[in-house]
Amino acid sequence: MSEPRNTAPLSVVLGAIGSLRSAILPAFAIAFSGIGDSGRLWVALAVGAAAALIGTVTSYIGWRRLTYTIGEADIRVESGILSRAARSVPYERIQDVSLEAKPLPRLFGLVAVKFETGAGGADDIALQYLTNAEGEALRQLVRERRDEEAAASADPAAPANAPSEEAEVLYALSPQRLVTFGLFEFSLAVFAVLGGALQYVDNVTSVDVWNVKLWYGWLKEQGSTVATLGPYAQALGAVAGIIGLLAIGSVTGVVRTVLRDWGFTLTRSARGFRRQRGLFTRTDVVMPVHRVQGLVIGTGLVRYRFGWHGLSFVSLAQDDKEQSHVVAPFAKMEEITPIARAAGFRLPDDTTAWHRAAKAHRTDKAVLDAAVFVVAAIPVAIFAPFGLFLIPLGLAVLAVGANLYAWEFRRHAIDDAQVYSSHGFLSPTLGVATRLKLHSVEIAQGPIARRRGYATVHLGLAGGAFAMHGVPIAEARALRAQVLETITATDFSRLDAAPVQALNSAQPGFSENFLAT
Amino acid sequence: MDQTPVPAPLDDSEELTKLHPNYSHALRVRATLTSIPFLVGALVLETVFKGEGLFPSGIIAGPVLLIALALIIRVPQTRYNARGYQISADRLRVVRGLMFRSDTVVPFGRVQHIDVNQGPLDRFFGIATLTLHTAGSHNASVSLPGLGEELAREMREEIRAHIRRESM
Repeated sequence: MSEPRNTAPLSVVLGAIGSLRSAILPAFAIAFSGIGDSGRLWVALAVGAAAALIGTVTSYIGWRRLTYTIGEADIRVESGILSRAARSVPYERIQDVSLEAKPLPRLFGLVAVKFETGAGGADDIALQYLTNAEGEALRQLVRERRDEEAAASADPAAPANAPSEEAEVLYALSPQRLVTFGLFEFSLAVFAVLGGALQYVDNVTSVDVWNVKLWYGWLKEQGSTVATLGPYAQALGAVAGIIGLLAIGSVTGVVRTVLRDWGFTLTRSARGFRRQRGLFTRTDVVMPVHRVQGLVIGTGLVRYRFGWHGLSFVSLAQDDKEQSHVVAPFAKMEEITPIARAAGFRLPDDTTAWHRAAKAHRTDKAVLDAAVFVVAAIPVAIFAPFGLFLIPLGLAVLAVGANLYAWEFRRHAIDDAQVYSSHGFLSPTLGVATRLKLHSVEIAQGPIARRRGYATVHLGLAGGAFAMHGVPIAEARALRAQVLETITATDFSRLDAAPVQALNSAQPGFSENFLAT
Repeated sequence: MDQTPVPAPLDDSEELTKLHPNYSHALRVRATLTSIPFLVGALVLETVFKGEGLFPSGIIAGPVLLIALALIIRVPQTRYNARGYQISADRLRVVRGLMFRSDTVVPFGRVQHIDVNQGPLDRFFGIATLTLHTAGSHNASVSLPGLGEELAREMREEIRAHIRRESM
């Protein structure tokens, strides 16, 4: 059982066929190109044959050098022709074994076996190919090992699987609010689309839209008409133009938002959170509660002033192209708090002990950002007409101001269950994560940070980034020690079980942490 | 749970364990291999412009050679000195970086799988890279290069044993 084994010998044939397939195109290209005149057919054949030969030999050596061992506690895969790689996956970490049979391997009765470990970023290990029977046996074996383990640690999963009819609506977007939301989603993207359309017109018709002269002539014509209108009419025209822009931007925003978020409802049932949204493409996503790794509460420059925020869940799963799942795109804090609580998170309140970023960090960042503009001002002062250098200098002052303001939002906190971090230039983005569900802690310092005694603390969060910027070094060390104490107290394999039990209580993982710390 | 070892506190001020001395040699060889194309390029430029008499000979190859020598002789040792690790009962700490220092701690309880990798050069020098994969998006894999081959395997076994014990 525990000696190294090779994959199915037929894999070599499949590898060779694969390389042959990739050699066909270049061979064809050569056959139909001008290379080698009359002999090009032979050249093409030779290229194809060489590719097939090399492919077969590599595939054979690769097969000889790839071995897997089914051990007592783990599965090991050793591979590599020149450089050797040995990977070991403990049974406890295997979430599932998937068997994948593409058409060609299926003809030969082979499957690719993938071990899903849920490791973020790193690819899971795969064995290509095993025979159907071997693959099935391997999957059975891994499941048995996992089941043994599950039986040993009671069965908290059983009640969670029971279907429940009652689903509580946590959040819904009314059409009225949807429109308000759309107004804040002001976007001039439509002009980019128009630009694209123009390019298309350019290609299809003979009108050269990028011909500067044509536009210049047109502008001159229009300009002379405008010039005859007098100053009031000109001002009126400018105002009308701006209003037009605003109107177009707002309408774009509303339309896009309505298309995406029409009928947005977030419900909470025993299986987890369920989100439905969309006007034409309706999506329906279910997120198990224990998969929620953290929260992100974002906002916008303007909407922040009106008290609107958006809540997203951080999880390993991807939502469309976005990193995290939007669960309440446009809500007041009072509405967000219950959703966060349902997911087992507590939002910071008056009792949260916030720590600000180091003052040195603020100074350095302001100086660095301003320095860019000051440096830019030097050539401007030398070469450009007098007075223009004031523009970059003004920008430098703005950069300093923005940085001083941004410092207001740059803060972090830790309590006995969670970590908090907030940052942003003109409006804050708040991240919340459970201490238990962090995976690593890194203290990073650049050359300046080292001299000035602050650091960035990166916390490994599955499916998202979590960083605290400008933390004084001593504080960063203390923070790391605290977080590590929580992490090491509970093994990864128990993480999923912990919050499920705590679902009914308001603070999952809370009491547990008290015990742990 | 009751088998959980008492977490040995990891003191940040504690001395870091140095990597295998061969690691700096491996770095040196790698730097040499990288600098060869640049040196050849510089020499080619020198010969091309030799007849032109635009500038004294050696003005291109000289600096390139100096930089290459610094990269080969000086930098590997400083890089080696800047790196280090610390392993305790339940976590691994990896320190690296000359200019941009990074100090990462990975608790064994969060390790998904473990790699021991050896390139051809590593095999010659008898060293290996230990890589711990976690589920976090940041630091999804933390690698510790330049361990003695045996030590890397031992460390892997140790971490694996810890995972096994904890998930029982």
